[in-house]
Amino acid sequence: MSAPEAPAADAPKKVVRAGDRVFQSLATGSGIFIVALIAAVGIFLLLRAFPSLQANQVNFLFSRVWDTSDPNNLSFGITDLAWVTVASSLVALVIAMPVSCGIALFLTQYAPRSLARPFAYIVDLLAAVPSVVYGLWGVVALAPVLNPFASWLNTNLGWVPIFADGNVRADSGSNIFTAGIVLAVMILPTITGVTREVFQRTPTAHIEGAQALGATRWEVVRTTVWPFGRNGFIGGSMLGLGRALGETVALTIILSGVNVGPNFSIFDAGATFASKIALGSAEFVNDMQVGAYISAGLVLFVLTFAVNAIARWIESASGKGKA
Amino acid sequence: MRTDTADVERPAATPAFQPLGFGRKVKNGAATTLFGAAFVIAVIPLLWVLFTLLQKGLAPLLKADWWSHSFNGLTANDFNGGIYHALMGTLLEGLVCALISVPLGVLVGIYLIEYGRDSRFAKVATFTVDILSGLPSIVAGLFIYALWITTFGFNRSGFAVALSLVLLMVPVVVRVTETMLLIVPDELREASYALGVPKWKTIVKIVLPTALSGILTGVMLGLARVLGETAPLLILVGYAKAISFNIFEGGLASLPLVIYTERSTGTEAGDYRVWGAALTLVLVIMLINLAASLLSRLFAVKTK
Repeated sequence: MSAPEAPAADAPKKVVRAGDRVFQSLATGSGIFIVALIAAVGIFLLLRAFPSLQANQVNFLFSRVWDTSDPNNLSFGITDLAWVTVASSLVALVIAMPVSCGIALFLTQYAPRSLARPFAYIVDLLAAVPSVVYGLWGVVALAPVLNPFASWLNTNLGWVPIFADGNVRADSGSNIFTAGIVLAVMILPTITGVTREVFQRTPTAHIEGAQALGATRWEVVRTTVWPFGRNGFIGGSMLGLGRALGETVALTIILSGVNVGPNFSIFDAGATFASKIALGSAEFVNDMQVGAYISAGLVLFVLTFAVNAIARWIESASGKGKA
Repeated sequence: MRTDTADVERPAATPAFQPLGFGRKVKNGAATTLFGAAFVIAVIPLLWVLFTLLQKGLAPLLKADWWSHSFNGLTANDFNGGIYHALMGTLLEGLVCALISVPLGVLVGIYLIEYGRDSRFAKVATFTVDILSGLPSIVAGLFIYALWITTFGFNRSGFAVALSLVLLMVPVVVRVTETMLLIVPDELREASYALGVPKWKTIVKIVLPTALSGILTGVMLGLARVLGETAPLLILVGYAKAISFNIFEGGLASLPLVIYTERSTGTEAGDYRVWGAALTLVLVIMLINLAASLLSRLFAVKTK
């Protein structure tokens, strides 16, 4: 044995007990199982999507058609799904990022120490509300309040493409605009949680140094906390983006019921990858039809995999660089 | 020192503690207000959601039938019936999911901390757990559909749902087990080894019990999270209005499924059921969360 710090280095003879062997292989086996599981997700989705992709009559990536009613004549493309998915997630990010950053700063730098924990708990409670309830709330309670604002945006900023007329009325409530705001609420705790943790780790010496130079609290934040935590904040936002991309039921409830393709405005309704699959579950009888939806699921899987992987990478890189 | 006019006009001896300029004061005040406002912005939807839930969902919960009956035989406009079938379905699926996720997750956590620490494979496994924790629930559902239903040929059932929930719950259990095992002091392990206790017995009898309260808390939180998932339910199980305890065969109701399905009724009675189920679901989740925090507090005193 070469490692000097190993506790058993000087033991005369290493006894390997049966119990040890069994337990270790159980634990290691579980580790291997988990890794195999994520590989299996990719493999099985690919396997099931492949026949349908081959039978697809239109270009999968660039077609705006989704017609899987005839299993012998499948036509499905993901352009529209991709637009609604990405647009609603981006609207959510644009709203949630500044707010989360503000909350994280408030909780770590401003709130009195005794209140910081209960306050953080309140924000975490947002994550405890199931997404189906957010969907209901979005349609029934939030949308009526947002509608005047949506109409105003549509009327006055209609010359900006994303605020132009969509495939539903701006004040219908069932559009990307409403969906994005609901998503923003849903990903708020995710982003805030990560950001709060990073901001908390700002070295006290940096903060005290800035204070000693006579910096105001805002200047302390700007010169020490923010530069230190920026990457963590970005990583956390990516995690939030991953959640938003995969969110299903809230969006199914808010956006559903339109068969016209979107006009690439935030006043579009339609379906995201996830909500399309949820809505299509009634069609899950024929393997070829299911395969079309599994293809969409595969794209979503790859997308969220990439976003989450980048998020973790940014997070771990930021931790290392500043340690 | 530079000598612009400003410096010349000021007394030279007091550089550090000058009174704050107006601009800096305003900026500081604006920032403080903004960050406080951000927190308030987060609280508004929370209170709003809870208020809407109570306003629309409290009436059904106050009727005795709600807790003891199912929706079996109910017409669209009928205000009777109750959520018992869905409550049982939700708890049943949660229980089966936990029975699989907890041992699996804890074992992975043990591998990561006690056996594989810092090894290359442990890094791969940690990354996998990260990815799993970001897996969209609909993809988990689709995977189980592709594996359990298409490939193995089983029917749609509550058990398939429980399997898909395992994918969502395991990362939570692993993460919390890891954190808790890391907190267990190495002295404890070394003392045990010194007495000649084998490693596996040390883990089972010394390390795990020390970390138990934290792990249990994490398990409850993970469970609370997966019980509200709706997406896998839509593709993996049929909705049943009657009470069923059979998780392997036939339709099985659950609270999220009731909310989603009954919404399409479009009647006043349908709304009544939807919001009643929504409030019940949130109550169940809040209760589990509460139990988790009580548990952690209770156990924490004992171990110290």
